[in-house]
Amino acid sequence: MNRRILLKLMIPLTIIVLWEALATSIHNQFILPDIQSVLMVLLSPGTDIMGSGSLIENALMSLQRVGLGFLVATCLAVPLGVAMGRLEPLKAALDGMVSALRPVPPLAWVPLALAWLKIGLASIVFIIALGAFFPVLLNTMQGVRGVKKNWIEAITMMGAKEHDLMIRVILPAAAPEIWTGMRIGFGIAWMCVVAAEMLPGTNTGLGYLIMYAYSWGQVQVVIAGMIAIGIIGIGIDRFFVTVERRWLSWRGL
Amino acid sequence: MALLERSVMMMLQLKDVSKEFCSGKSRVKTLQDVNFEVNDGEIVAILGPSGCGKTTLLRIIAGLEQPSSGDVLLDGKRVEQPSPQFGMVFQEHALLPWLSVHRNVSIGLEMRGIPREEMRRSAMQYLSMVGLQESSERYPHELSGGMRQRVAVARALTLEPKLLLMDEPFSALDFQTRRQIQQDILQVQEKTGKAIIVVTHSIEEAIYLADRLVLLSSRPGMVREVLKIDLDRPRDRASPRFLKSLDYVLNCLNTSITTECGKAV
Repeated sequence: MNRRILLKLMIPLTIIVLWEALATSIHNQFILPDIQSVLMVLLSPGTDIMGSGSLIENALMSLQRVGLGFLVATCLAVPLGVAMGRLEPLKAALDGMVSALRPVPPLAWVPLALAWLKIGLASIVFIIALGAFFPVLLNTMQGVRGVKKNWIEAITMMGAKEHDLMIRVILPAAAPEIWTGMRIGFGIAWMCVVAAEMLPGTNTGLGYLIMYAYSWGQVQVVIAGMIAIGIIGIGIDRFFVTVERRWLSWRGL
Repeated sequence: MALLERSVMMMLQLKDVSKEFCSGKSRVKTLQDVNFEVNDGEIVAILGPSGCGKTTLLRIIAGLEQPSSGDVLLDGKRVEQPSPQFGMVFQEHALLPWLSVHRNVSIGLEMRGIPREEMRRSAMQYLSMVGLQESSERYPHELSGGMRQRVAVARALTLEPKLLLMDEPFSALDFQTRRQIQQDILQVQEKTGKAIIVVTHSIEEAIYLADRLVLLSSRPGMVREVLKIDLDRPRDRASPRFLKSLDYVLNCLNTSITTECGKAV
């Protein structure tokens, strides 16, 4: 047990030591600030940073946006994925479109988003939703297609109608895969929101804070912001994993 | 009076049931002109070499597949789609892994909107019939293969079907478990009086369980013979008559399609 903790801590500790050594030798706050200054920002997350709000305020702003975009994506992708998984013709009709659109990075949609939805919340939500949409869609579809024929037939033999099948077999059976899709989708959405906030016209959020701090040469804020993004990302991922273990773990049995 | 008579005299009839599959450009005939019937309270085993379409035949009876020609009639009415008149036990248990045992058993009643208390009582009644009332709160993955199959039997019984259909239900179980569950099935049959059709590739199992055997030939599956097994229960697998039947059926399945096999058992 102790050994494992030691192993886990080894790399971060090495980085910290190297960082400190480098920061001291470079001795330039604009290139590599020392750890103390970064920690100072991180340990007082409630204080305002150069009039652009505190770390917490900006993180909440980002979370709010990502939550909204993720919600939109999930509400569209789950029903569509279920339909595509259940109806072969629909899948055949949409497969090509999905494979063509999927590799386009959400950020490549920025110009169109701005042209269609103007600068503001709508275009950020659009970009985030795009990022989360495809993993949720594909996993849902896969999950629904993977439902055992046996299960469906057993319930059909008992006189189940399509809505019984959907509620009692298909959705619960596909739930672990849908959840995995949502987990991946949220991860991508979180990356997208930070990137989207770096676009002109935004003046809140962690992405904005990082760019703003950079333009004022506050590299310690930039690094603190990055660390905050990472920590929140881990936290959300842990949440998804915990729910999966608690309620959806029958899949691995 | 007429009503009573009809409910007592359940009968399943297969009339010239044939099934063809398209494989690429050619059509493959898996079943040809299958005729037999199953009477109320009877256990019928469908036996045949692998690939003779026995499972397909059972699925057609269940309404899960349509015959290419011919009819399946239950009490004179055509079976066209799956219905709760048949209780199906699949080769693999087909229990829903995210539901506890008693919820698996009562899912059919749940879909009918039966009140909770009544549902619970009914589920427990059938679970105790297969000796699993103690395990009602457990999950399928916590049970052994034999227990899962018992749960599947209980589930198939809850909707009080006219016929129980079993598709090689014990083929994945070990020898001991298999013997035990065969006895249990006979007991369930005795208690409920249901007619049972069981598909199996084990001649011994077929003779142990069934009142009649339907022997199918290999592809296309045709009825070679319907044999009445006239042995008293409980059947002794080591008795000379049992072994004689075994020998006879084995012989029958081994001879080529064109040869008639002997008559008396």
